[in-house]
Amino acid sequence: MSTAQLIQGNEACVKGALAAGCSFYGGYPITPSSEIAEQMVRLLPKRGGVFIQMEDEIASLASVIGASLAGSKAMTATSGPGFSLMQEHIGYATMTEVPCVIVNVMRGGPSTGLPTSPSQGDVMQARWGTHGDHPAIVLAPASVGEVFDLTVKAFNLSERFRTPVILLYDEIIGHTRESVVLPDSVDITNRTHPDVAPEDFWPKEAPPAGVPPMPGFGDGYRFHVTGLTHDHRGFPTNDGDIAEALITRLHQKIETNLDEISEVETYMLDDAEIAIFAYGIVGRSAREAVIRAREAGIKAGLIRPLTIWPFPTAEVAAAAQQVDTMIVAEMNLGQLIGEVERAAAGATEIVSYLRVDGEPITPTVLLDLMMPGTGASS
Amino acid sequence: MTDVKTYLREWAMPHVLCPGCAHGIVLRSFLESVDQLQLDRNKVAMVAGIGCSSRLVGYVDFCTLHGTHGRAPAFATGLKLARPELNVVVVTGDGDGLAIGGNHLIHAARRNIDMTVLMLNNSIYGMTGGQAAPTTPEGSVASTTPQGNTEPNFDACKLLIGAGASHVVRVLAANPLEMTKVMADAMTHPGFSFIEIISDCPEYFGRYNKVGGGAEMLSWMAVRDEGITIPLANKSFVKHVPSSAPPSGMKTGVLHREVRPVYAGVRGEQ
Repeated sequence: MSTAQLIQGNEACVKGALAAGCSFYGGYPITPSSEIAEQMVRLLPKRGGVFIQMEDEIASLASVIGASLAGSKAMTATSGPGFSLMQEHIGYATMTEVPCVIVNVMRGGPSTGLPTSPSQGDVMQARWGTHGDHPAIVLAPASVGEVFDLTVKAFNLSERFRTPVILLYDEIIGHTRESVVLPDSVDITNRTHPDVAPEDFWPKEAPPAGVPPMPGFGDGYRFHVTGLTHDHRGFPTNDGDIAEALITRLHQKIETNLDEISEVETYMLDDAEIAIFAYGIVGRSAREAVIRAREAGIKAGLIRPLTIWPFPTAEVAAAAQQVDTMIVAEMNLGQLIGEVERAAAGATEIVSYLRVDGEPITPTVLLDLMMPGTGASS
Repeated sequence: MTDVKTYLREWAMPHVLCPGCAHGIVLRSFLESVDQLQLDRNKVAMVAGIGCSSRLVGYVDFCTLHGTHGRAPAFATGLKLARPELNVVVVTGDGDGLAIGGNHLIHAARRNIDMTVLMLNNSIYGMTGGQAAPTTPEGSVASTTPQGNTEPNFDACKLLIGAGASHVVRVLAANPLEMTKVMADAMTHPGFSFIEIISDCPEYFGRYNKVGGGAEMLSWMAVRDEGITIPLANKSFVKHVPSSAPPSGMKTGVLHREVRPVYAGVRGEQ
């Protein structure tokens, strides 16, 4: 039976990764994510896994992709400046369909920015940072316990869909210690291995929205992997029809399975007249603000995506139909608010609360926004 | 000896290399070395970056990874650590390995990861149309150095010895039998082996510098004494460099060999 533990978000990430079956970690030191590497190097070898500190974040994710191709579940962790360097290989892993997990513990940016302060400034980079049209799965936990759960989910989704999955949380969640009771075991998803003989195997053979099976290098299947646009044989081609079919499949394997991927929490939303849209650490302040607003007689509610990409368009659209006002609170200058506006399509008034001073958004400021006489509720 | 064609993905032909390019000779030597060692082809992983030489891995019937520009040693590191029984061979070029990928190459060498790196040096960026590389000799013409290159060039083997590579060899593409021997030797060396292969690019380097086609360029290599003498070393083809300039010849052969601990990551007791 599990007992309560007092641990940091970054420690919960390590525990989640190990529970999910992670056996390779390649990383590079950066605040505020370094505790993940420091825990991994202690715990992973005891579980039969391998740890390496690489020369930079580009190499970190390359080593992770190499290990994953060899059959390991593999991950790296970083923060903004390192996440920028990883964009090249996020695209490579997406195109080659190599499962991997990338953790970005967000700090203030741009550039080296505010290394020890929280931010939500990378939510658009997590979606669009690498070049070309590509899908993205990005998860945003709001607590230490949720870091554990969503790390497991990140591995499972990456294996299920053969795609990189990004776990995005901020410095506060990374460093805050909370008492959590972690499960003794978790449900694990593993990549599908081919059920055909090596001589009949083509590495990228899949139906239109399908996920091709994936053997490891050394398993007896000899195949080619390339970031160039490729055909079902995994071999480069300039054929436009094949290019379009590949890019479409990469998107459709995600978009046709949103029920497995998308997770949105609502709180007191059923009869709400005013809703807060928030994610990550801001979601917790928002929840507290909703509780206090209800105590003050205001019909407030919360909509909090745990999966921020693919964006929960349907859920936000439904909430927008119902409430008079939706407050979007983010620790950036307005990134997901554009998606909320697109989903709401004018069905509700949208009010923003944004900050980039490296300080958290408190329940009090959100409550004030909802009180009668303020811009949001008048 | 097995017909080396059985190591090829003939379905992937025709290949992308230009007439006169020696990269195909290098590939044949490599396949012969694999055959000599009787390696299990299911356990051979070839990892490449971006460029003409990196495209070689698409045509061989092994586990092949065509990665990103310059990063092959980092992909190969993850692969080797996660699956130590693989024979990991990196194929890179001079621009891929020494410019954009210099950092990854020196760190893989420093760690002494058990892999073999084949760096095919054709002194220019071929795939993108003949731009100057860190290996382009001073004075020679490239599409981005129309008046002659004014930057000094790398000595890749010295760089790799300095970085800690435990086995460093330079060999000429003009000597295929020697290449085979050198490659087989490198693959049996425990640790990081670096082979700089002096190849050619008749299409760009040869044409821009008026040093002839593939056959002429390989012939010049073959008459080397201590290294590559004529005309690269004497810079006789470079109108902007005075004949009094010191030769840029580099020695061939095994330049460094030591046995030191192989790094395999932080891992539990096996």
